[in-house]
Amino acid sequence: MTKFLSGLAKGMATTARTMTTHAHTQQYPHVKPELPSRSRGVIALLEENCTSCMLCARECPDWCIYIDSHKETTPPATEGGRARQHNVLDRFAIDFSLCMYCGICIEVCPFDALFWSPEFEYSTTDIRDLLQEKDTLGQWMPTVPPPEPLVPELPETELQQLVVEVEPEDDPAAGRTTERGTGEVPPPGAGEQP
Amino acid sequence: MAGDIVEIVLRAVCVLAAFLVLPLLVGQTEHKVMAHMQGRLGPMEAGGFHGWAQLVADGIKFTQKEDIVPLAADKRVFRIAPALGIVSYLFALAVIPLGPHTVGADVPGSLVWVLAVGGIGTVGTLMAGWGSGNKYSLLGGLRTAAQLVSYELPLILACASFAIAAGSLSLVGIAHAWTPWWLLWQLPGAIVFLVAATAELQRPPFDMPVADSELVMGPYTEYTGLRFALFLLAEYAGIVVMSLLLGVLYLGGWTGPFDHQIGWLWTLLKGAIFAVLIIWIRVAWPRLREDQLQRVAWLGLVPLALLQLAITAIGVVVTSR
Ligand code: SF4
Ligand code: SF4
Repeated sequence: MTKFLSGLAKGMATTARTMTTHAHTQQYPHVKPELPSRSRGVIALLEENCTSCMLCARECPDWCIYIDSHKETTPPATEGGRARQHNVLDRFAIDFSLCMYCGICIEVCPFDALFWSPEFEYSTTDIRDLLQEKDTLGQWMPTVPPPEPLVPELPETELQQLVVEVEPEDDPAAGRTTERGTGEVPPPGAGEQP
Repeated sequence: MAGDIVEIVLRAVCVLAAFLVLPLLVGQTEHKVMAHMQGRLGPMEAGGFHGWAQLVADGIKFTQKEDIVPLAADKRVFRIAPALGIVSYLFALAVIPLGPHTVGADVPGSLVWVLAVGGIGTVGTLMAGWGSGNKYSLLGGLRTAAQLVSYELPLILACASFAIAAGSLSLVGIAHAWTPWWLLWQLPGAIVFLVAATAELQRPPFDMPVADSELVMGPYTEYTGLRFALFLLAEYAGIVVMSLLLGVLYLGGWTGPFDHQIGWLWTLLKGAIFAVLIIWIRVAWPRLREDQLQRVAWLGLVPLALLQLAITAIGVVVTSR
């Protein structure tokens, strides 16, 4: 019985505490969400990089990439030269009603023509309008964030420490230089002094 | 004579206005309080400032919905049921005093009147359950009836205790007789009243008749549009009536500082305390099973109410010496 009553009291206390603390709801249309730079919102196409190699279309698990292209021949620039052939992209479309945002197309593209963009506000009232053509895919290019640094940024002094500690071990040539005492390379631990 | 009629009409309009506005206030409070207790914000858009017009918008939405009467339903009964549900609380609200003279109709036995008309609402729910031609509705309606039978008794016993303590059956009289030590003396009765009132309103944790995981929506399963909205309105009107009633019976209604000027405000404030409590209980506690629900009534509330009756009787005898 006491357990029952204390349970009831605990329920009241918990709800009261939650009520008086701040709710973390973001009111989306009024407040834009802060998305991480690697969010999978939409796929952007950098048309200039695309060689119409079709790798992405073939690797896509649900075949939602459409590519049409044709070959053009450039005449030789100099006398007696060889004529060159290259692909011209006519159509590049991704059907976002089928896409499952697996990212395989982006991984597989050898020419860095596809990118993740955090942009997500492209819903439509008709499912057929989700088939986005290459000009729309290209318009999302400016929303692609620059890649994140591989090593998180460190304050200056710590970076110097890292460099100094690592150098003698990783690079035997550097170690030899210090042994010979040329004085050019600071001795280990020099970076620790401010 | 003409003046009398004008006064009657005016009082009726005021009661009706209160009947339409107060449940909306309670409903909005429930939206907001429940949301924040669950770490949400609740309605924020309708009407601009913190979604104050959410219930108005809901009402407009309900009026636009199709009014469907099932083929197998007992059509007349099905149509009348929501009206019955709501009328009972309107009748009850008419006699609840906000101040010594601020009352829709000052009748001598108003407490008896409130308890009597309170039962009509359950008849409405029973009619809805029976008339829908749906087994879930029927089960829900019968559970409602069972719940009414069990909880009406402790409710009436608790009210009897207040009446004996005051020596009056009129709500105005009871509020006049109130003294601060009722807070202790009548505490068990107030608890019994609060629990029984929540059960009468079929609100969680006593919402077995509409238990959505078992009975879809109980007696209201087949209802749509305005008729469904009327049932919802009846629920919130019920909270208003029960909270104000408890405020008048247990907290002395308009009694408070400056009660000559703002007595009605005190009554509303005291009612609001209980309304928030009823909402809070809903958020914090899990639903009772049907058998547990009956146990609470017969093994918990009825003995407690009888005990309260005895305490009240002793208190009255001792103090009247
Ligand atoms: S993300 Fe996956 S599913 Fe979508 S287009 Fe690329 S490969 Fe296809
Ligand atoms: S894999 Fe890259 S380069 Fe090849 S067709 Fe697809 S987007 Fe173009």
